Amino acid sequence: MSISCKMKGGGMIEISGVGKRFVLHNQGGVVLPVMEGAALSVRPGECVALVGASGAGKSTLMRMIWGNYRCDQGSIRVAGVELCGAEPRDVIALRRNRLGYVSQFLRVIPRVPTLRVVAEPLRAQGLAEADALARARALLARLNIPQRLWSLSPTTFSGGEQQRVNIARGFILDWPVMLLDEPTASLDSANRAVVLDLIAEAKARGAAILGIFHDADARAAVCDREVDVTGFTPARDLSA
Amino acid sequence: MTPLLKVEGLGKFYGRHLGCADISFTLWPGEVMGIVGESGSGKSTLLNCLAGHMPPDTGRVMFDTRDQGLRDTLEMSEPERRWLARTDWAFVHQNPRDGLRMNVSAGGNVGDRLMAVGARHYGDIRRQASDWLGRVEIDAGRIDERPRAFSGGMQQRLQIARNLVTGPRLVFMDEPTGGLDVSVQARLLDLLRGLVRHFGLSAVIVTHDLAVVRLLADRLMVMKDGHVVEEGLTDQVLDDPQDAYTQLLVSSVLQV
Repeated sequence: MSISCKMKGGGMIEISGVGKRFVLHNQGGVVLPVMEGAALSVRPGECVALVGASGAGKSTLMRMIWGNYRCDQGSIRVAGVELCGAEPRDVIALRRNRLGYVSQFLRVIPRVPTLRVVAEPLRAQGLAEADALARARALLARLNIPQRLWSLSPTTFSGGEQQRVNIARGFILDWPVMLLDEPTASLDSANRAVVLDLIAEAKARGAAILGIFHDADARAAVCDREVDVTGFTPARDLSA
Repeated sequence: MTPLLKVEGLGKFYGRHLGCADISFTLWPGEVMGIVGESGSGKSTLLNCLAGHMPPDTGRVMFDTRDQGLRDTLEMSEPERRWLARTDWAFVHQNPRDGLRMNVSAGGNVGDRLMAVGARHYGDIRRQASDWLGRVEIDAGRIDERPRAFSGGMQQRLQIARNLVTGPRLVFMDEPTGGLDVSVQARLLDLLRGLVRHFGLSAVIVTHDLAVVRLLADRLMVMKDGHVVEEGLTDQVLDDPQDAYTQLLVSSVLQV
């Protein structure tokens, strides 16, 4: 399927004029404007880092691109699909086929073995179980998850092991677009190097990657440029 | 693509008391929709109206039938509707006793539904029943036991096998994991997710458990006092709820 022709400005992620506010109905109807005029573009083969102080809106913007935060204003296009006002089924199709996400925390059905957790995105695309499991094994081995853990649920693993399972699941498919939320946090240097290699390989095959990296060295190693979200933070009117 | 189910302006009153009103949505093939809300919010009333267990007072429930495309199921004759309920539709009750024949063997419970759609060859029926017991992780050696000899979790899996054996395209589920131990729930959730994906099923799942819908449902509808207050992508509704009631519901979940 060719989608490049549909892309405006050549970006796999194209964001313009994006704004968001939270309305807390059960806390006196407080309105919190959290983003205004956000704009960025990520081209195929490029890795862009979101930077800015804690609370500046990096994760909020990331979630709006993944689609679990609603976009109130502006336009977010991922692989040619407009996410602002999208129907659930359009977002579901995008996540199944084009958009990968390595979140900070692993969320899984309890008691499902690690191997199947990692193979899941391939199975969702209809790949045969044996092939999906073979690829999951290879990736888990590469990320140094001991084989004796593969048949266990990751819910009891250490933080670093859970994070690597999450990364394996995120990288098992050659997604055209990837979102990475702190992929190297809580990893030792050997595993950090593996993850940076995975990111470099994804870039080399043309993936457009947007990430949050608190680790400055990791950022320097894989990111082509930075976008500071501080510029997208609305002026807070404290009297409101 | 044709929607599998199209619901327009559905409403149901119990005398002067509102069951549910103004319910409209479109379900696409392969989609799993969750309906959440507290007791009395109208979610079970809605499910029963959709599944034809109860006639609604207003609205239409259009289903994409195999031979005639979208048809209003409320205008079908009773035999037509019953045929649909035995073939393309399935209904998983919260209490397996409501969906199983308790004095018939496990194999008989699964075979029963096959016979209702015309299967007559004993060997074939038994083989399919045995195959389905395996799929829902019930030891084939227990095919001749009655469900009352099974644990609650096994009964629920048997009910699922009985429902899915005829290859339905749409499954209605009413609190499918309710009343089960949490350890059993996890296994059932994994099983349901696998079956839904493997067979490309569409499903409408009513539950009050937000963790269940997060893991099973693509889409979510939140009901309160008989009305839909919010709907959308499941993780969007749960992570970024817009409506006051949804915000209250999400923030009230106890963290483990």
